[in-house]
Amino acid sequence: MQQHAAIEMRHISKAFGAIKANENVDLEVRSGEVHALLGENGAGKSTLMNMLSGIYSPDSGSIFIKGTEVHFSSPKQPIKLGIGMIHQHFKLIDILTAKENIILGQGGGFFVKGKELSKEIKHISDTYGLDINPDKKVYEMSVGEKQTLEIIKVLYRGAKILIMDEPTAVLTPQEIKRLFGILRNMRDQGCAIIIITHKLNEVMEISDRITVLRKGKTIATVETAKTEVSDLIEMMVGKSVDLAIARENIAEKKMLLSVDNLHVFDSEKRHALNEVSFELYGGEILGVAGVAGSGQKELCETIAGLIHAEKGRIFFDGDNIVGKNPRDIIRLGIRMGFIPEDRLGMGLVASMDIVHNLILKDYQNQPGIFLKRKHIVEKAHKIVKRLDIQTPGIYSPVRKLSGGNIQKVLLGREIDSNPRVLITAYPVRGLDIGASYKIYELLNEQKRLGVGVLFIGEDLDVLLELCDRIMVLFDGNVTGIVEARSVTKEELGLMMAGGFQSREALSC
Amino acid sequence: MLRIIKREDVSKRQSILIRFIAILLSLVFSGVFIFILGFNPIEVFGNMVIGALGTEMRIKETIIKAIPLIITSLGILVAFKMKFWNIGGEGQIIMGAFAATYIALNYSDNFSRPVVLILMMLAAMITGGIWAFIPAFFKVKFGTNETIFTLMMNYIALKWVTYLQYGPWKDPNSQGFPKVANFEVNAILPSVFGIHIGWIIAIVLTIIIAIFMNYTKKGYEITVVGESIDTAKYAGMNIKMIVITAMLISGGLCGLTGMIQASAIEKTLTVSLSGGYGFTAIITTWLSNLKAPFVLMTSLAFAVLLQGGSYIQIAMQVPSSVADMIQGMILFFVLGSEFFIRYTIGLKSKEVA
Repeated sequence: MQQHAAIEMRHISKAFGAIKANENVDLEVRSGEVHALLGENGAGKSTLMNMLSGIYSPDSGSIFIKGTEVHFSSPKQPIKLGIGMIHQHFKLIDILTAKENIILGQGGGFFVKGKELSKEIKHISDTYGLDINPDKKVYEMSVGEKQTLEIIKVLYRGAKILIMDEPTAVLTPQEIKRLFGILRNMRDQGCAIIIITHKLNEVMEISDRITVLRKGKTIATVETAKTEVSDLIEMMVGKSVDLAIARENIAEKKMLLSVDNLHVFDSEKRHALNEVSFELYGGEILGVAGVAGSGQKELCETIAGLIHAEKGRIFFDGDNIVGKNPRDIIRLGIRMGFIPEDRLGMGLVASMDIVHNLILKDYQNQPGIFLKRKHIVEKAHKIVKRLDIQTPGIYSPVRKLSGGNIQKVLLGREIDSNPRVLITAYPVRGLDIGASYKIYELLNEQKRLGVGVLFIGEDLDVLLELCDRIMVLFDGNVTGIVEARSVTKEELGLMMAGGFQSREALSC
Repeated sequence: MLRIIKREDVSKRQSILIRFIAILLSLVFSGVFIFILGFNPIEVFGNMVIGALGTEMRIKETIIKAIPLIITSLGILVAFKMKFWNIGGEGQIIMGAFAATYIALNYSDNFSRPVVLILMMLAAMITGGIWAFIPAFFKVKFGTNETIFTLMMNYIALKWVTYLQYGPWKDPNSQGFPKVANFEVNAILPSVFGIHIGWIIAIVLTIIIAIFMNYTKKGYEITVVGESIDTAKYAGMNIKMIVITAMLISGGLCGLTGMIQASAIEKTLTVSLSGGYGFTAIITTWLSNLKAPFVLMTSLAFAVLLQGGSYIQIAMQVPSSVADMIQGMILFFVLGSEFFIRYTIGLKSKEVA
């Protein structure tokens, strides 16, 4: 008898208004394989998975689970059929224990059968090589532990088909290795696993087969062992892309920014930054690595004057800028281009056009009470041309532009002010590969001009290729500042997990 | 089965068409109600237009009703542009009228007429501004909800004036009747072309506010704060100052309405002088899409409705609440139409069970 695939999606189409998110997509996932779903942002990966987890229903096409056709109209049905989805943002309750989180929403009897449950959790853990303390509270857990808990949670609900959305985004390299070990175990036990990601190296490492989506269509399903990274990129982007990031050595380096023993508290009076000290030189790109939420946001915002520093000093060109608000910093003529993490929520006004977004950083230096727009209009034309921004015109609201073009407007504005220090947080988040490389190029151009660039990144491969030095943050502490040319990913990983830099590496 | 689809892009013409249909529908539904009440809707609507625009006298009355609506709406517009929901127009109008009355009752004889009137205007704008400043201060300092706060401030203002009317400011010559003394000529706004000078003030203010919102740095800042507070902070704006300035302007304009109503219409201070303009202005401001030139149009349209409403009461014994109801209907349908501007409803191509 023919073995049925765990999941088969045939000719799936789904449109949102005029946008075809999925068009005639085919996907087949077998039991006992790790299947990577690869594609750029907006390729339709999430839409497809949301249909599999019952959040959307397809406009046309059919879904088969183990050979039986299904029509999901609520997210509960797929769970019953053994499909479990693990989202990028964990859905756990901090003040409850692992055990309590697992049974949450499970109904059943009024009383919690503690012992039985612990036994069952232990059974699941042993089967798949997971390791968790059922009585530990979620807020005491590391990110890796939380993810393990999420996995146990869906397994407890009987999932045999696991969908993981960007599972490695928040993990250190060591934690990723552990996760992959778990996934391999589960595969060997006959589970079907779909992982959604855009990190190619990981795809090559963990997956058995890969389905590539582009612009809502299935491009191909290939076997990982018979595929090269360059082929995958070509399938994702639609053309071959040169993936080398240039890194030049700038001989003359002048110290621009000196951060000295900086302490910043968060809203709950805990240390968001603790004893942070580093220097930024002109003509270098200083990368900042660290798992999400290690203090990157606070670091950027403190330098830009947006949040208050509890203690410590930041020297810019010899002046201490701690305690000055952003307006003072702009007024003093200190040019610090700051590209915030949340582009549209902070940095750009979504409903305003390019011209009015460019005025944002300019108007306070204008004399008088009236806005002067004329020179900004010229500037807008110049920036659109220089950065090749795809827009219907300079009077089109930025909200209507694509992510890459929005990022270019923001970067264009900051670069145009001839900054001496440029702070960028996740400048390529949400961008496709082509657009990302354009941004790297722009940052390199700034470096050549003698600008000091602080680059908060998430992809270690990119940090290693692009930056001159990398500073690692862990829980608000600097765990190391290393030469990007000589450090390895594993060393960075150890520092990201809180291990301080070893003595020998400290020499740079 | 029906499903809701987000619209990708709405052209200007489409959105105007949708709003126009909404107003048309509101009239149709009001017509049905009027019919149920036992009147001929066509006749009622016709009489409303005649009552508002039929004679020169009636046109003047309509314009007189439009003046406070325009000025109050401009005030509300400045606040709404910042997404600060100022529901306290009524209170700000009343407090403005109170301050103007204080000047009128005490200093009418001390100065010439223009000086008295200018003093009354300044006092009204400052007091209206303070009435709006209080909720703005608490909002920026403690993050209080401005909607509730401004609303409650209305009642305080109302009761304060009631107290004055029945107590300390009761006219000794009114033979025990609880009313504030009438203003002297020095404290009454003059007329130009048979309508009190407020109409010139309204037009000038419309132009000023249009320029202020579109061409000044402050206006730009107010818009940015309304769109995204984080972005405003990031750009180095002083948000607290912007919120407070905008609310002083908003309350100041409403206060000025109070002065005009007290001086030109009532010629004294009464609790009913705000006449609901503070609330109606919310509708006209919203309908104007927060654009000052359109405020003139929507306010005139609503003045026609108000004037026509009081006419049908006299001419046809139709309760004037019918006019209120039509107002409510228009607001309901126009707010509802915002949904259709953003979304469209289509049929599901295939049933998925």
